[in-house]
Amino acid sequence: MDLIVIMKRTFDTEDRISIKNGLIDEEEAEFIINPYDEYAIEEAILLREKHGGEVKVVTVGDEEAEKELRTALAMGADKAVLIDTEDVDVELDHFSIAEILTSYLKTQDFDMILGGNLAIDDGSGQVAPRVARKLDINLVTTITKIEVEGDKVTIERDVEGDVETVETTLPVLVTCQQGLNEPRYPSLPGIMKAKKKPLETIDYDDLDLEEEDIQAKSKSVELYLPPERTAGRVLKGDMEEQAKELVELLKTKSKVL
Amino acid sequence: MNKKVLVIGEMREGELRNLSFECLAAARKIAGEGEVVGALFGENSQQRASQLIQYGADRVLVSEDDNLKKYTTDAYRQAVIQLCNNENPESIILGHTSMGKDLAPQVAAELQSGLISDVVDLEVEGDNVIFTRPIYSGKAFEKKQIEEGPIFATVRPNNIPALEKDEARNGEITSVDLSIKDLRTIIKDTVKKSTGGIDLSEANIIVAGGRGVKSAEGFNTLYELADILGAGVGASRGACDAEYCDYSLQIGQTGKVVTPDLYFAIGLSGAIQHLAGMSNAKVIVAINKDPEAPILEVADYSIVGDLFEVVPLLKEILKKEIYSNA
Repeated sequence: MDLIVIMKRTFDTEDRISIKNGLIDEEEAEFIINPYDEYAIEEAILLREKHGGEVKVVTVGDEEAEKELRTALAMGADKAVLIDTEDVDVELDHFSIAEILTSYLKTQDFDMILGGNLAIDDGSGQVAPRVARKLDINLVTTITKIEVEGDKVTIERDVEGDVETVETTLPVLVTCQQGLNEPRYPSLPGIMKAKKKPLETIDYDDLDLEEEDIQAKSKSVELYLPPERTAGRVLKGDMEEQAKELVELLKTKSKVL
Repeated sequence: MNKKVLVIGEMREGELRNLSFECLAAARKIAGEGEVVGALFGENSQQRASQLIQYGADRVLVSEDDNLKKYTTDAYRQAVIQLCNNENPESIILGHTSMGKDLAPQVAAELQSGLISDVVDLEVEGDNVIFTRPIYSGKAFEKKQIEEGPIFATVRPNNIPALEKDEARNGEITSVDLSIKDLRTIIKDTVKKSTGGIDLSEANIIVAGGRGVKSAEGFNTLYELADILGAGVGASRGACDAEYCDYSLQIGQTGKVVTPDLYFAIGLSGAIQHLAGMSNAKVIVAINKDPEAPILEVADYSIVGDLFEVVPLLKEILKKEIYSNA
């Protein structure tokens, strides 16, 4: 089975966030594989272990993303591809990234494409469903279980807490939700092997695309931090008094009961 | 100004979701003196359509096509694309729900348009609509606008207040013929896991437990408290990892992001991963044995004590309140 994972390198949002010159300050930030994409990489490896084939991880970005691609290779992916957009002069958004990925994926053979449910930095979850549509292949989002038998794919997906079982056929694009699997950590031999695995860089120029084809349709005009929450009141007295006071405060002061 | 806005309504268990009314409020703001067109699919849509009008739509398009009984990716995508082609809206608004997240990006791809996901606020400036949305799991916010093509956005539940219901409003309800075919992904089964039908993303009150709840049985006391309050039940990653409850309840960076009016964090330390999912709640209450727990630093009210003592007391007091108000 030919499996392609579309991956994003993200800012670790467990880090502290600050804004510098109107942009998120990335200087001291830790970058990671988007956690939802780790589920996608893990599931692709599990499917390969079961059905054979190859796992290729693709990302759009600059050469800094090579580190995360190597991590994916160390986890067990076979090949990695970086679509380098460093020299692109126009702004990019979800539309743009989906256009870039689609034009690459159209030239590839695959049975399944896996991605994360969303990226934890931007949180939109747009790119994968857009790609499925552009490729005109089946789409199943927020999956928590997947089984493949020949061409038939049976999937469990999370629909706001309920579990929906769907049936579809290959080729399919799935987005991975938490609960699907437990992503492995790269092992030491895995890390050694990853150094020798192929990591290909494709310039976006090599994809049949003009800058005007990928120009963003949306634009970020301002970034700001929310007011910091400060500690409120720690109630005093015996437990019964505290419980009574809490209910009273919620009713009369905060007016949320 | 004066735009035509298409709002795709959404039902849950046969009733319109409150979020659909919130979307209409957003649409009204965008439309100015223009027109807000509602759309509703599936069983009962004819019956529920008038509510969309009462909450701000000027007219409503409905389809009870058999293929649209329940949300499926293929059928709904075709339906919305056909409506867009017929109506040529200048703006499209959906809820940022399981349905909206699945559907909107596909429609945007087909229309070759931009899309602003998960918005919590909007301002109209001349011809421009500027949306506010949380990024980095709510640790920052961005303001964003569409540069070209339809003003397309999905709205997060519980943030944009719905308009007052106006029973005097009238509007046309039109049944539309849609051509839905070539359905490639089929639903075989749905297992309800969410409790009491209260969806966490739309819940006004959430009762969430962490590792301190100690067991699946321990969670029962949280469910009881939630029942009294009409609240949804959530959990920290730790509680899910320890199998006290299902992952579908997880709130946090991985998991659901919620913005209820009132959030009870019970036996829950408040790791950054969890705070990312709930720190924009309006009021946070912490109940924790540990006076040093980080959750106390963001809570509006804290009780330092044993949850197994505090929660039963709260249940008792709240029950009495309800009876005295009834």
